[in-house]
Amino acid sequence: MSTTNLNADNHAEEHHGAPSGIMRWLLTTNHKDIGSLYLLFSLLMFFIGGGMAMVIRAELFQPGLQIVEPDFFNQMTTVHGLIMVFGAVMPAFVGLANWMVPMMIGAPDMALPRMNNWSFWILPFAFLILLMSLFMEGGGPNFGWTFYAPLSTTYSNDSTALFVFSVHIMGISSIMGAINVIVTIFNLRAPGMTFMKMPLFVWTWLITAFLLIAVMPVLAGAVTMVLTDKYFLTSFFSAAGGGDPVMFQHIFWFFGHPEVYIMILPAFGIISQIVPTFSRKKLFGYSSMVYATASIALLSFVVWAHHMFTTGMPLAGELFFMYCTMLISVPTGVKVFNWVATMWRGSLTFEVPMMFSIAFIVLFTIGGFSGLMLAITPADFQYHDTYFVVAHFHYVLVTGAIFSIMAGAYYWLPKWTGYMFDEKLAKAHFWLSLVSVNVLFFPMHFVGLAGMPRRIPDYATQFADFNAVISIGGFAFGLSQLLFVAVVYKCIKGGEKATDQVWEGAEGLEWEVPSPAPYHTFETPPDIK
Amino acid sequence: MTAKQSSWLIPAAVFANNAVADEMRLNMTKGVTDISASVYDLHMIIFYICCVIGIVVFGIMFWSIIHHRKSKGVKPANFHESTKVEILWTAIPFVILIAMAFPATKTLIEMEDTSDADLTVQVTGSQWKWHYRYFEHELDYYSLLATPQAEIRNERAKSANYLLEVDRPLVIPTGQKVRFLITSDDVIHSWWVPEFAIKKDANPGFINEAWTRVNEPGIYRGQCAELCGKDHGFMPIVVIAKEPAEFKKWMAEQTAIAKQAKEEEQKLLAMNMSMEELMTLGEKAYMANCAACHQANGQGIPGVFPALKDSAIALGDVKQHIDIVVNGRAGTAMQGYGKQLGLKDLAAIVTYERNAWGNNTGDAVQAAAINEFLAGK
Amino acid sequence: MTDKQTAQQDTKKLVKKLVLTVFFMFGFGFALVPLYDVFCDITGLNGKTSNVAAVQSDSVDKTRTISVEFIARTQGNLPWIFKPEVKKMNVHPGEMHQLNFLVKNNSVDNMVVQAVPSVSPGIAAAYFNKIECFCFNQQPLEQGQAADLGLQFYIDKDIPPEYTTVTLSYTLFDISKNIEQDEFTKLFADNKN
Repeated sequence: MSTTNLNADNHAEEHHGAPSGIMRWLLTTNHKDIGSLYLLFSLLMFFIGGGMAMVIRAELFQPGLQIVEPDFFNQMTTVHGLIMVFGAVMPAFVGLANWMVPMMIGAPDMALPRMNNWSFWILPFAFLILLMSLFMEGGGPNFGWTFYAPLSTTYSNDSTALFVFSVHIMGISSIMGAINVIVTIFNLRAPGMTFMKMPLFVWTWLITAFLLIAVMPVLAGAVTMVLTDKYFLTSFFSAAGGGDPVMFQHIFWFFGHPEVYIMILPAFGIISQIVPTFSRKKLFGYSSMVYATASIALLSFVVWAHHMFTTGMPLAGELFFMYCTMLISVPTGVKVFNWVATMWRGSLTFEVPMMFSIAFIVLFTIGGFSGLMLAITPADFQYHDTYFVVAHFHYVLVTGAIFSIMAGAYYWLPKWTGYMFDEKLAKAHFWLSLVSVNVLFFPMHFVGLAGMPRRIPDYATQFADFNAVISIGGFAFGLSQLLFVAVVYKCIKGGEKATDQVWEGAEGLEWEVPSPAPYHTFETPPDIK
Repeated sequence: MTAKQSSWLIPAAVFANNAVADEMRLNMTKGVTDISASVYDLHMIIFYICCVIGIVVFGIMFWSIIHHRKSKGVKPANFHESTKVEILWTAIPFVILIAMAFPATKTLIEMEDTSDADLTVQVTGSQWKWHYRYFEHELDYYSLLATPQAEIRNERAKSANYLLEVDRPLVIPTGQKVRFLITSDDVIHSWWVPEFAIKKDANPGFINEAWTRVNEPGIYRGQCAELCGKDHGFMPIVVIAKEPAEFKKWMAEQTAIAKQAKEEEQKLLAMNMSMEELMTLGEKAYMANCAACHQANGQGIPGVFPALKDSAIALGDVKQHIDIVVNGRAGTAMQGYGKQLGLKDLAAIVTYERNAWGNNTGDAVQAAAINEFLAGK
Repeated sequence: MTDKQTAQQDTKKLVKKLVLTVFFMFGFGFALVPLYDVFCDITGLNGKTSNVAAVQSDSVDKTRTISVEFIARTQGNLPWIFKPEVKKMNVHPGEMHQLNFLVKNNSVDNMVVQAVPSVSPGIAAAYFNKIECFCFNQQPLEQGQAADLGLQFYIDKDIPPEYTTVTLSYTLFDISKNIEQDEFTKLFADNKN
């Protein structure tokens, strides 16, 4: 592959007369600017959601009620979940897509730049509304991020309207982002960039975007029904009017399970970019990776009820959802095997992005194993709604999604800033995170199996020792993330100059443009051989 | 261990930790029923399978990490696909899964067979307590958290079964098939006793079934497993399994007591209690039932739970006050206590609320007044 | 630049399709509500029984006996008395039975309630045929008023043999606040006639 006319210099920028200062960021339609905005916003949200996790862990440090009241504790678990899912993980992936997808397929920008601006700038308002609801009289949303009816309808406080409104805005933002990604990939690929030549990050994002379009509207429907049930006398979820509270869970998880894959498929994409680079070897089984991603996405629509085995399903339903869920481990396994095969007989080096990727492969797989265990319905009756589940989804989302985002950030940071990051500091960040995250989440398996339910502000004394360990791990993991901010800050300010290719084994269009990537890239499409 | 290092936080709590030398469990319980034993076996099988897969896959990966390093001068190989290998590692997990599905299906079918039960218990969850009704017998009662607020607030050392103790446990016979009909009075709860491997949601308006046959007599503890609001963490389940003969005896005793209590309540209607008696009883009942929300000082939590001190209800019309205590207030967290408490306690609570914390109305509300209200007069 | 124009047209077309998909999926979310009922009917999820009166049974299967249990509950704080005449009945499949549920409004207000049936095991709901049921209608009762509410049912002959016990639970919900004032008064007026 090669590109022509790389330095289409900066005349376009002068043409538009890009405004400076805050207005540049408010009005920008440049995919790189918007990508940066998304990434910084998600970092901020990561710390706000993390702060709430610290409150939760502080309260759970010892048995008894010390720091917060149970009702506020519930608000913390609820808003922590919402912020981490919709504010930290999803926008981070959208940010990476904004930066990298156009550069990876040789497009000058996203296909719908003005909508891109909108989809970012409504996001801060959504979270402002959500966070402000915490200060309302009666408190913020306290029914868990899954907002099961009727706890979120008849029995919820007045902030529910704000919660619904903010989820609507988050949904609209994600949908706009997804449309943009799909249109960009379909219409703006450089000549010769066929679908089966696209980097895997682009592929996984394309599939993720379709998932988003399919399920975010369903979430919007669910919150709308909660809103009308609470304020407008409908009874979708109330038995009194012919509704059914269990139906809420069906609708929610019809969204919720694909949502889980929305948060992990782009992670697979990132890891599939990084592992070959540092193995100096092509990705093993490219096409099977694509098919595995697609089949995971399709299967995600027929497994939703595995979140609801205890709601009282008929036997046939339980069996169907158990088998389908077990089936998902097949394509997921294929991915892990492919990464290992990529590393096999490669020429490995262990820079920070690779370290995070290897940690991802191991720890995400542990999360996958506990997921497989959860799929076994009879055993799920014991695991369900305990800390075992909490351990499972934090392994998948923190050491899975978040570690992949960290890996991606370290991988592309030199391309974004033009400088190499402080490797010592980054390695410290990695090792501290790796150790503390396991101290934080691994013992959760044990307390869960021993019988500690999730979402409780106080617990029986036999869980005390483990909870103290978990909390210490939590504080350490939280503090370690400050190092990440330090690395990013230093890297923006300066450092060793990065080459265009940055990493020795890196291949792909994004490594053929200069570092830092100029404001406009590929205004003339590159030639792809 | 580490909990002790944090003595700067609440010394009393740490003391309690030392006092309670519970065995620290790491794994799922085997339980005391055949079903829970087979669930445990399933759990261990799938766990070992995962371990083996993990060791093989990570073993290969770490071999590669150690031996295929650039620093060792390794030149990268060129291969990047192999249909044979790829089919193989799609097929092998598939076979493992099918092998796993058989025992899982068998256990599941057993779990769902609720037919031919010897005893039926209706279990009803509500915010934040459980109610048990023996379908075949004239006996029903509420089961509330027995841990005092002082232990939760770290004002007193925590007892051995902190948060896992109730005032009236459910009692069932051993060796017999006991069926549970589970439902809810408000939000969704989930009735979970790990030793029986039962976890079933209580859905308002709908009934769910579960069953158990307990092999060993003993005391088994569980908790509500579905977020149900503020005190979700404070509605434990305690089940005592007794030998059938003992269970029969217990049931006879309890039904007799329940009958007697009803009769006594009727007698009580003719009696008048003194203000002092009402206030003493009232304080006790208030602390047990009302203080969790309205607080011991009657000041509630602003914006969440209304204050009773100087409130329009506690100082206003008696009948309205009784109505709220007995029937609750629809659409709020205030539940009705009419079903749960006896006339005497209800009267005492109303009296207490009208005269404590400087609410000095001087009203002494008698059981007869509550009864009149209940009869719709 | 015709290339650019066609590209823009492609973009517009694709965006249109995607936006339509979004609206379709939003509608699909709501379509899940009736779909769910169909799903429940087929699988017996939640033990929902039919809301339509069944036709009379034509023959009786005397070889089998099924015990039918009745549970009557009031939801939450509803100050009503509600109980079945008998707790348990042994019936042959196909055999018609009639029983009354006693209700009394113990509150100080006129109230309208709705009885919500639920059958366990859930699959058996499909075989529980109600010819007449108070749960088909909303029930208004004045303060202090009592009434007998009738249920006429039979268990379908096709019920699989593994179901030997069927539990029918009724839960009374207060819906006074969920209906319009006019309808509320009308219900009471009709009740008097």
